Amino acid sequence: MSVGPDDINKIAHLARLQIDSDKIEKISKDITNILSLVDELQKTDTSGIEPMAHPMDASQTLRRDDVTESDNRDKLQGIAPSTEDGLFLVPKVIE
Amino acid sequence: MLNKTVKQLSQGLAKGEFSSLELCQYYLNRIDTIDTKFNSFITVSHEQAIASAKEADKKIASGNANEWTGIPFAHKDIFCTEGVLTTCGSKMLNNFIPPYSATVVENFNAQGAVCLGKTNMDEFAMGSSNETSYYGKVINPWSESNPLVPGGSSGGSAAAVAARLTPIATATDTGGSIRQPASLCGLTGLKPTYGRVSRYGMIAFASSLDQGGPMARTAEDAAMMLNVMAGHDTKDSTSINQDVPDYTKDLNKSIDGLKIGLPKEFFNEHLSSELQSVLQEAMKQLEGLGATFKEISLPHSDLSVPAYYVIAPAECSANLSRFDGVRYGHRCENPSDLMDMYVRSRSEGFGDEVKRRILIGAYALSAGYYDAYYRKAQQVRRLIKNDFVSAFDDVDVILGPTSPTEAFGFDSKGDDPVKMYLEDIFTISTNLAGLPGMSLPAGLINNLPVGMQLIGNYFDESRMLNIAHQFQSVTDWHTLSPKNI
Repeated sequence: MSVGPDDINKIAHLARLQIDSDKIEKISKDITNILSLVDELQKTDTSGIEPMAHPMDASQTLRRDDVTESDNRDKLQGIAPSTEDGLFLVPKVIE
Repeated sequence: MLNKTVKQLSQGLAKGEFSSLELCQYYLNRIDTIDTKFNSFITVSHEQAIASAKEADKKIASGNANEWTGIPFAHKDIFCTEGVLTTCGSKMLNNFIPPYSATVVENFNAQGAVCLGKTNMDEFAMGSSNETSYYGKVINPWSESNPLVPGGSSGGSAAAVAARLTPIATATDTGGSIRQPASLCGLTGLKPTYGRVSRYGMIAFASSLDQGGPMARTAEDAAMMLNVMAGHDTKDSTSINQDVPDYTKDLNKSIDGLKIGLPKEFFNEHLSSELQSVLQEAMKQLEGLGATFKEISLPHSDLSVPAYYVIAPAECSANLSRFDGVRYGHRCENPSDLMDMYVRSRSEGFGDEVKRRILIGAYALSAGYYDAYYRKAQQVRRLIKNDFVSAFDDVDVILGPTSPTEAFGFDSKGDDPVKMYLEDIFTISTNLAGLPGMSLPAGLINNLPVGMQLIGNYFDESRMLNIAHQFQSVTDWHTLSPKNI
């Protein structure tokens, strides 16, 4: 499987990353190499094998729906790049 | 003072041979004067450390101390420490002062241990050489004329402990990040069973593989650390609710009759003759202690690295999507719109290796490829686990190499990332299976330390620490220290 510069630009957009044009060639080569390593997987028959998401096959634990956290808004927003009146500020989204 | 273990420091504090303040100032002073050579710390917390040392001395004076009260140590900079900069080795978090602490951090605080600072690491724990840190590479203290890598990603923790800048340090392991640097720096490092140590507040790389653990010089100190670190945590839904034993309790047990498995897939062409003889020598020692050996097979071992390089990047691309420049972390200057803010904040904040892994993950998870890559890798992951489960029907523990070689030079892997990925060829399978793995010093190659790896059954850390302690009672590899410290 070869991943060309166009593919890189497409996945970079999905991941919200910008890859410098002078690095595109190198990165598509690197990723092609990594994918050929990964393609070893295809040689193995895995039919009927249940995919494994957790080593102990543990399931999601549940708890009672009680309030356990107090209001820490000011403390948590203290490290935000930009806030106002308890809201996170971002560039204008809707005209 | 220099070579005292936690156990010995603890006894010294209890007898009043020195105070915690003296002890911490001694280490802070070493960091200030010597770490310019190694760059093993990103942040040194002078004021906080001195304040907690004074607090510890009060507790000791009033008879309210335990064995950890006043013991200096360091945290890998992946653990959130409330009020202390936590960077994860990334520019993305170069302004991140967490408003809360990781459970592991709370656990050490509750014991009254004194955190000296935060250790350097590969960016977001992605690397095997510590070259990807935004805060500069870490130099292995064992280097002589040529600077060598300390291993990664917990290279700062390993270098700091090896250089005696701290008696112990916390670390994390996603594919070998505790064990490989432990091997390359001559230390004892343990990656516990997945779910044994809480991941709450430990910045996520690949959530189904990440596990925190101890980096120490001796198995005894590692056991003492695991006593503090291990336990169920309701704040981590993947943490396992199972009793935590006293990991120091079995250290002195005899290992007579222990059955050790040797995977034929590990003793193959990847293994140099030098490393082969180091392991043979170590096996002789274990044999002398009453252990027996049996060849076993882990037939899907070859697929560990390929499965890992789908699963880890896929989980990393999902985890690292939280860095969006909105709530914390780096935000670009003057974004023109929302998309520009996301793209530039992330592109400026992440380094090349992190971007590469996000891209692979985004590709593997994208429409049309999910089944061929992610689902397939998770199926192979189960086959890898099943191999271990059958092997443990016949043996108590598995022995093999940790890293394929001793410490190597910077840039020696060229610019092909796959070469670096193969550094973890012997360690990755335990993360995929969720098993505990440990590296302990087993010998020297070209005057540089190398480790041997023990892989245990689920929740069998006590036995692994017992074996390691018994091995360390008849060998002195773990007592060697670098010359230039």
